[in-house]
Amino acid sequence: MTSTELQRPPLTAAKASRSKKARERLTSPGATAAAIVIALIWTVPILGLFMTSLRPGALYRTTPWWTVFSDGHLTLSNYSTVLFESFGDSANSAPLLGNVFNSIVITVPAVIFPLVLALMAAYAFAWIPFRGSDFLFVTIFALQVVPLQLALIPLLKALGPNGLGIAGEFPGIWIAHTIFGLPLAVFLLYNFISQIPREVIEAARVDGASHTQLFFRIIIPLSLPAVASLGIFQFLWVWNDLLVASVFGSIKTYPLTYPLANLAGGYGQTEYLVPAAAFVSMIVPLIVFFSLQRYFVRGLLAGSTKG
Amino acid sequence: MGSMPVMAVGSVRMGGLNADFWATNGKNLLLALVAIGAFIAVVALLLWGTELFSRLFSDKWRGGIQLFTLVSPVLILLAIGLIWPAVQTFFLSFTNVVRIPDPATGINVDQSTFVWFKNYIFAFSDPTELRTVINTLVWMFVTPILSTLVGLAYAVFIDRAKGERTLKSLVFLPVAVSLVGASIVWGFIMYDFNQTGSQTGIINALIALAGGHPINFLTADPWNTIFLIMILVWTQTGFAMVVLSAAIKGVPIELNEASALDGANAWQRFWQITVPSIRGTLVVVLTTITIATLKVFDVVRTLTQGRNGTNVIAYDMYDQFFVKDNRPLGAALAVVMFIFVVPIVVYNVRSMRKVRENH
Repeated sequence: MTSTELQRPPLTAAKASRSKKARERLTSPGATAAAIVIALIWTVPILGLFMTSLRPGALYRTTPWWTVFSDGHLTLSNYSTVLFESFGDSANSAPLLGNVFNSIVITVPAVIFPLVLALMAAYAFAWIPFRGSDFLFVTIFALQVVPLQLALIPLLKALGPNGLGIAGEFPGIWIAHTIFGLPLAVFLLYNFISQIPREVIEAARVDGASHTQLFFRIIIPLSLPAVASLGIFQFLWVWNDLLVASVFGSIKTYPLTYPLANLAGGYGQTEYLVPAAAFVSMIVPLIVFFSLQRYFVRGLLAGSTKG
Repeated sequence: MGSMPVMAVGSVRMGGLNADFWATNGKNLLLALVAIGAFIAVVALLLWGTELFSRLFSDKWRGGIQLFTLVSPVLILLAIGLIWPAVQTFFLSFTNVVRIPDPATGINVDQSTFVWFKNYIFAFSDPTELRTVINTLVWMFVTPILSTLVGLAYAVFIDRAKGERTLKSLVFLPVAVSLVGASIVWGFIMYDFNQTGSQTGIINALIALAGGHPINFLTADPWNTIFLIMILVWTQTGFAMVVLSAAIKGVPIELNEASALDGANAWQRFWQITVPSIRGTLVVVLTTITIATLKVFDVVRTLTQGRNGTNVIAYDMYDQFFVKDNRPLGAALAVVMFIFVVPIVVYNVRSMRKVRENH
């Protein structure tokens, strides 16, 4: 052992204590209490909704859900009623299972269509220099924040009986969701694709690959993680959407959110069924969220730290 | 009501599920599958067709032809589906549309007249409409600030705590919930109000426990707007928290060490080191939530339909368009929404340009 090594322990200890001080967390009883209160406000209502959805309808108005811990009254009948039976009093009387199917029929194509088209455009903006590229990209980027409300009426007209005649049908909703999803999709995929090392692209070009070949051989395989992140975004956005579904849909196509919003505004005899119906609409996004949270967070960060 | 066995499923009736139900939904699912298959096939054919077609041309043209196929679908869709409709909405907002019977056929037709700024003047002078505009500004101001503050506080308080990932998931969870769902969670569980009898809503039960008077949260004008805003805050905080937490972890430890050497405590370091270091991210989070807030109509649509002074432009616009059939006013409101985001668009485009130049 040399002398320098002998001297090291005190030095590292000093450094360690300094860095320990720097790493010291911002904690105090107040901060901990605040964190606990926040965590409770952000979770207890969902638990409450779930418990309420399992309570017999006769108890709905009179007994709060937390009495379940003393009386133990639980039932699945609310779920079987909303899913399988005609309930409610008017237009929303069809069983929600039909709306579950509608949500699926709307969402899956409305996720795939914009992703594929945006991937093509994002590749072009990132790796094919052309005149006007900058202007077009900035325009698409700016469109992200333009309220889609601005386009609703004329687009509805274009898809309506005097136009394509597909308003109120699934294809009309797919097209609307595809258009509204494109700006964000192009932007996020561009962020990702432009990070692909230049050497990879150049190597393929030297081998004589055309733009199209490059797209299939390099861009698609390499951008799958980004496509996954964005797919989750678009999925949650479309599944949870109410506006596009209301404007471009009809009784034949309404997804879960539509009858749910009507039920909640109804305050009729079916009020006790609302929590179960709400949970039916939330279960798929929650499963997607929990199983793919990592991809989702990655996409969020890619979208918000680069801009 | 007799005593009820725990988890009584009862007899499951499936009254709503007849043969027709299965035929319709089966057909719809099939339609989706066919549409996806057709779409993929068309795109693949288009790309490969372009590849083959472009080989007929010289090198100089080949790249351009392929480029055209790659970008034109997006550009065409955005031009005819977003930009052109937006321009039409803009023109519509300066007109007045009346439905009068056509002298020849007797069928009602729309007749529009140019009225300059009449719809805008109405939107900013009519007391009900003005209230709607003011409410929207309150939403746009309060939601981003509250979400960011709570998200930042939570991110800092649980930073490097034991089980940080799980603690984050708890607050992040509502991000996955639809706004209709979130409105029901709050409207039916937190804000529930009973005129008589025991309170079944969490907050009113707590108020009653403390000996206070229960509040009808959704009708208590003007505070009901704040209560509705809380619902959106509840869904946006998770986003702010996750993004800010990542930014906080990116602050170089050396900065904190140097500051610690100077004798700064954790609280001072938070203000002097952390906040300035994550300023860019804070701006992104605030602007993102502001834009999201502006477009939100689901909360008002689900819980109050704009009653008791809770209307916002996004819902009013929908209402004027599709319920009250006052499309020009709806168009004017949509344009007002757009004007509200213009400063953010300009700011975003500027900072994005900088990023792209460095690329």
